[in-house]
Amino acid sequence: MKKLISTFILALLIVVPLLGFSSYLMHILIFVIMWAVIGMAWNLLGGYCGQVSFGHAAFFGIGAYTAGILYQKLGMSAWWGLPLSIIVVTFASLIIGFICLRLRGPYFALATLAVGVILRVTAENLVGFTQGDLGIMIRERTWVEKIWYYYIILLIAAVTFYTIRKVIESKLGYYFVAIREDQDAAESLGINTTLYKTVALCLSAAFTGIAGAFYMNYMGYIDPNVVFALHDISIVAIMVVMVGGVATFWGPVIGAIIMVLLAEVIRSIPHLGAAHMTLFGVLLIVIIIFLPNGIAGGLPRIGKRLRMKRVT
Amino acid sequence: MLVCRNISIFFGGLAALSNISFSVGKGEILGLIGPNGAGKTTLFNVINGFYRPSEGDVSFKDRKISCLSPHQICALGIARTFQVVKPLQRMSVYDNVLASAFLRAKNRTQADNTAHDILEFAGLYDVKDLISKGLPLGKRKRLEIARALATGPEMLLLDESFAGLNPTELNESIDIIKKIKAQGITMMIIEHHMKVIMSISDRIVALNYGEKIAEGTPREISVNPPVIAAYLGDTASA
Amino acid sequence: MTPAQVEVLLQTLIAGILLGGLYALIGLGMTLIMGVMKIINLAHGELMMVAMYIAYWLFVFFHLDPYISVFIAIPVLFLLGVAIQKFLINPVLRVDSILPQNQVILTVGIGMVLSNLATLFFKSDYRSTPVDYATKAWYLSDLWKNSPIELSLSFAWSVSFVIAVAITVLLWFFLAKTDLGKAIRATAQDADAAVLMGVNVGMMRVITFGLGSSLVGAAGCLFIPIYYLYPTLGGQFTLIAFVTTILGGLGSTVGAIIGGVILGIFESITATYIGMGWAPVGRFIVFVAVLIFLPGGVASILKRRRFGR
Repeated sequence: MKKLISTFILALLIVVPLLGFSSYLMHILIFVIMWAVIGMAWNLLGGYCGQVSFGHAAFFGIGAYTAGILYQKLGMSAWWGLPLSIIVVTFASLIIGFICLRLRGPYFALATLAVGVILRVTAENLVGFTQGDLGIMIRERTWVEKIWYYYIILLIAAVTFYTIRKVIESKLGYYFVAIREDQDAAESLGINTTLYKTVALCLSAAFTGIAGAFYMNYMGYIDPNVVFALHDISIVAIMVVMVGGVATFWGPVIGAIIMVLLAEVIRSIPHLGAAHMTLFGVLLIVIIIFLPNGIAGGLPRIGKRLRMKRVT
Repeated sequence: MLVCRNISIFFGGLAALSNISFSVGKGEILGLIGPNGAGKTTLFNVINGFYRPSEGDVSFKDRKISCLSPHQICALGIARTFQVVKPLQRMSVYDNVLASAFLRAKNRTQADNTAHDILEFAGLYDVKDLISKGLPLGKRKRLEIARALATGPEMLLLDESFAGLNPTELNESIDIIKKIKAQGITMMIIEHHMKVIMSISDRIVALNYGEKIAEGTPREISVNPPVIAAYLGDTASA
Repeated sequence: MTPAQVEVLLQTLIAGILLGGLYALIGLGMTLIMGVMKIINLAHGELMMVAMYIAYWLFVFFHLDPYISVFIAIPVLFLLGVAIQKFLINPVLRVDSILPQNQVILTVGIGMVLSNLATLFFKSDYRSTPVDYATKAWYLSDLWKNSPIELSLSFAWSVSFVIAVAITVLLWFFLAKTDLGKAIRATAQDADAAVLMGVNVGMMRVITFGLGSSLVGAAGCLFIPIYYLYPTLGGQFTLIAFVTTILGGLGSTVGAIIGGVILGIFESITATYIGMGWAPVGRFIVFVAVLIFLPGGVASILKRRRFGR
């Protein structure tokens, strides 16, 4: 039953844009799907394995710059960045993991936050390598119509979704959750927590990195403040998962839809645009207090409440 | 099977364990007793790999394990339970045991089989789908044991698995211990419940203030003056 | 070393110590909150920003010297802190959720709201409080007529430093000698035991958050004469608070003081000999390095000495 739903939705997503959507609508869809990928990746490490990262922008940015630097320095098509970013980001995540995964709970969160900021400042300062604050711009657009970009990110999202589902349902998934629930107990049960946390981190980083490389190709322009952004990338990634539903399959997807639509709505209302941080902050606070497991995670509770009302 | 030689461990300036030496033979049940704070759980933490001893070493089947990490020690065959039970709270009882079973299982089917067998063995099969957070204490303690067993250990360290149980639960747990012994698994048990530990242990080691004060059969221990003094005060032994 | 080099070094050290005193005050607030409530407050810098805006507007409308504003900022920030703890943080602590890091994320949200509201209301312009004594300084050559080197001691910096030290000393007395202070320390050491001793732990938590907020608010007022103000400065000061706290050892007030001074001197040295732009990265690197190599901070070194091991 569950497998049918996802296949159905995938089929829907493949067919629907052929009906002819405006460029703006396609853009929204592409962003929704891209954020779903980032959210699913974050969810694997944070929601399932319990390691809350405040620095996913690091992986996004490394992926984006891999694609960008290939174009800028080697004159290659930035699309090569997609496969190459897997290698580069995984390698980077091994180093970052080595430094950060030994820290528990909130210290891991803070250390990843630090890594994100350090990478941003580094990208700003290594001007010879990254063009610094000027950023990298791709002059030739691969396609004018958005629909091809859409199918590429949809493919990435489908691969991400099915891979993560496979992982969670396997021994790896059980080990991740065991580590999240009680790391010491997990160690005593023979689980090499360092190894498995690293695996979770590498997978999470790789998917986020591909999204970053895609972003470079799709938007055509990146700079350190855009792709290594704490509030606009790392924290939005957390919000996507927290709003949608931590440790669920569909949570990040729901969260991506809500967050992207919300951002668009806020942007289009004239005076509200400047206040988008405030509104996001308020949303975050509200979700944490009232619906800490997100929408998908809170459904059982909401369902119970509704059912109880009917009984009385 | 397990040999501890001159184990000492210091926290800050305090010697939590001082010069502890003993051995556990294959298939026997060694009881570990002592007043609160004597260092029993600390000793388990050293054997299990959570602490590295400041002095001395631990060997299991003639192999030094005091430098290994807990998951490596578990893979070698020592499993443990925790005094304050640590269920994997948001997972079901079944998933708790399944997660442990993956250690020795070659594939999912094998792990499932092990989980089934262990749950039946421990009498938890009827609650297997309950979320472990909602279990009553007695069943949670049994889940701890079941989980440890699912890792296919040769030796089991049980930390106060009988504390807080009512008489019925107590008897059920004692039965399980006897069944485990019948399978040839060596055990080391920390317990305060005197009747229980006296009845099931083959030998007993007594600790007080981090030092070993006695070692012997249950009968010898029950009349040993330092042990009586530790539990009941100096006047009682006089 | 040439006289010029000695001069630069001494000046750098003096600047570092003065800066360190202020950093210590910022860190003290955070370490108290962390010690008592095990909460990581990523909105700490934003609270300081709020106090700075209060001082700024008081200066603009009433020509109130920022140093006097300290006495106003302290109670206002205290109440703000109490409100945040009571209405936002406490509910989160009670809820059971999959991610244990919810309260950190909550404070991120609070910080976002505070800094964005400030941007909306006050615009992102840089502001400062130009007080008359802003450029006043003491010179070594005034005291010691034929000194080989010239050292200057800024009046504003010195006053800020002295007030910061005074507040720290008062805090010390409060924690060590008063009943309320001891109750707070008891809650920090073992909340369950404190409850059993009749301490109203819930109230302690609320008070501590208020206290921590008022400390960082005071630091803000002390900073504004010598620094400048813009709505998003919270982030870097939260970071400073963190590094100070972690460097000093979580929950240790002595540690926070030492950590603050160390950080101040470190930053002063890097600013003089390496360059201003690297300050944020330097802080983060210190932060990560301490987390990895000395997780207990300076306090753990002090503890080791005390126990002789």
